[in-house]
Amino acid sequence: MNLFVTMGKYFSLMGSVLSKPVNRKIFFRRLKAEIEQIGFDSVGIVCIVSVFMGAVLTIQMGINFESPIIPRYIIGLSTRDTMILEFSSTIVCLILSGRVGSNIASEIGTMRITEQIDALEIMGVNSANYLILPKIVAAFFTFPFLALLSIMLGIVGGFFIAFTSPDIVTVADYIYGLHYAFVPFYVTYTVVKIAVFAILITSISAFFGYYTEGGALEVGKSSTKAVVYSIIAVLLFNLILTQVMLT
Amino acid sequence: MIEVVNVNKTFGEKHVLKDINATFDAGKVNMIIGRSGSGKTVLLKNIVGLVTPETGEIYFDGREFVKVDEKRKREIRKDMGMVFQGSALFTSNNVEENVMLPLDLFTKMSKAEKQKRVDFCLDRVGIVNSHHSFPSEISGGMQKRVAIARAIALNPKYLFCDEPNSGLDPQTSILIDQLIKEITVEYNITTIVNTHDMNSIMEIGDNICFIYQGNKWWQGSKDDIFTTDNPELNDFVFASNLYKKIKKAHNDE
Ligand SMILES: Nc1ncnc2c1ncn2[C@@H]1O[C@H](COP(=O)(O)OP(=O)(O)O)[C@@H](O)[C@H]1O
Ligand SMILES: [Mg+2]
Repeated sequence: MNLFVTMGKYFSLMGSVLSKPVNRKIFFRRLKAEIEQIGFDSVGIVCIVSVFMGAVLTIQMGINFESPIIPRYIIGLSTRDTMILEFSSTIVCLILSGRVGSNIASEIGTMRITEQIDALEIMGVNSANYLILPKIVAAFFTFPFLALLSIMLGIVGGFFIAFTSPDIVTVADYIYGLHYAFVPFYVTYTVVKIAVFAILITSISAFFGYYTEGGALEVGKSSTKAVVYSIIAVLLFNLILTQVMLT
Repeated sequence: MIEVVNVNKTFGEKHVLKDINATFDAGKVNMIIGRSGSGKTVLLKNIVGLVTPETGEIYFDGREFVKVDEKRKREIRKDMGMVFQGSALFTSNNVEENVMLPLDLFTKMSKAEKQKRVDFCLDRVGIVNSHHSFPSEISGGMQKRVAIARAIALNPKYLFCDEPNSGLDPQTSILIDQLIKEITVEYNITTIVNTHDMNSIMEIGDNICFIYQGNKWWQGSKDDIFTTDNPELNDFVFASNLYKKIKKAHNDE
């Protein structure tokens, strides 16, 4: 029952979010700021994580495919496909849930408890639309680029292993594998996934922030809830989208 | 003029506002007074529509406000300005941007016109050289001033202040009170101030509405306060020895 009430509240909030902004100029100004905060500021963590994961994946694939009948280029191929299919969207989003989700929930939650949201409402502003829509739109358009970046850097990470440890896989085999049986649709699939995750993470986190009641302690709790529920939603939709798009 | 008619508000089991009827006049500082927890903030939030009452009507110069849709509510709200207890300035914007935001959102003024209006409002509340400071960098009294400047930026017909001098020293309190009074008279605003501060009531209160345990217990002018025989109001107003003495002096005159 509680879950249904919460879901109802979430969808009704999204109803207010998805209306036309009162002032387009202000909307684009806020969008620009959010693209910086949500998109650009996430580039660093995505880079670091992707390079390391690509490197580790390559080493592990090397161990998994330790067999004379399996060609070594499979290592390049599987690093590529794992990065594309799962890592660049799902795992990156699990990490971004922590970074972006908690940030959004605590920002909006603090605005709630310090009555800044009420102040917006009194001005006659639709506060949900004003505060939340730019965040969702910013994530929707920047996250797919983060996924592409993650794929590229993961492959670079693997390349680094091939370059330094030819006993795992040679550079030539690795590169041959990267080109072997490439399915462009996998990239589409991951971009669609991350765009959906972007909406989920930003809207869920904004929801928990927006309905914060109390003080600083509750802002912390909202922020934790935002991360947990964002992660659950990402995992759930990962399953659904995979079923729908890949099978 | 704002009219509150038969307003009831409950939170769960708790009946916080009990059938409130009150009228607040234009060009006057109308005060809602009462002890902490008596329901002042809840009443003010009902009036501005941040909380919806279970029953009752609220009229802004004859315009009903409770049962209207969000769009109409936002329309009427463009005539409102509010100074929150904690000022509620936008912490990520500087002083000037705080006052500029309502102009950016709702006017078609040119950049120069907006700047002129911002300068005028800040000047009016006595802020001269902190235009580019952030709220966290200025004092509580200054924050209140900026909040007032932001509230009057769009020439409101109605101004609401929730405990405008809580957390301020007595001298700053008086300055803020006087500012509210001056602005009210100057622009013929219907101002409602929530307070439990006797100095404010005596300094600027024109029409005083005493809330006791969620009921409107008494309404009158500040002179009426000295002659009232309402025991609860007497207990509230003349709680301190200072005010007991003032009352005595007043009644001996
Ligand atoms: N959102 C709420 N939920 C439950 N009770 C509330 C809520 N807001 C206020 N109250 C209760 O209403 C009463 C009046 O509160 P309030 O209007 O804030 O008093 P004050 O006169 O000090 O401003 C208090 O007992 C308070 O606990
Ligand atoms: Mg209060």
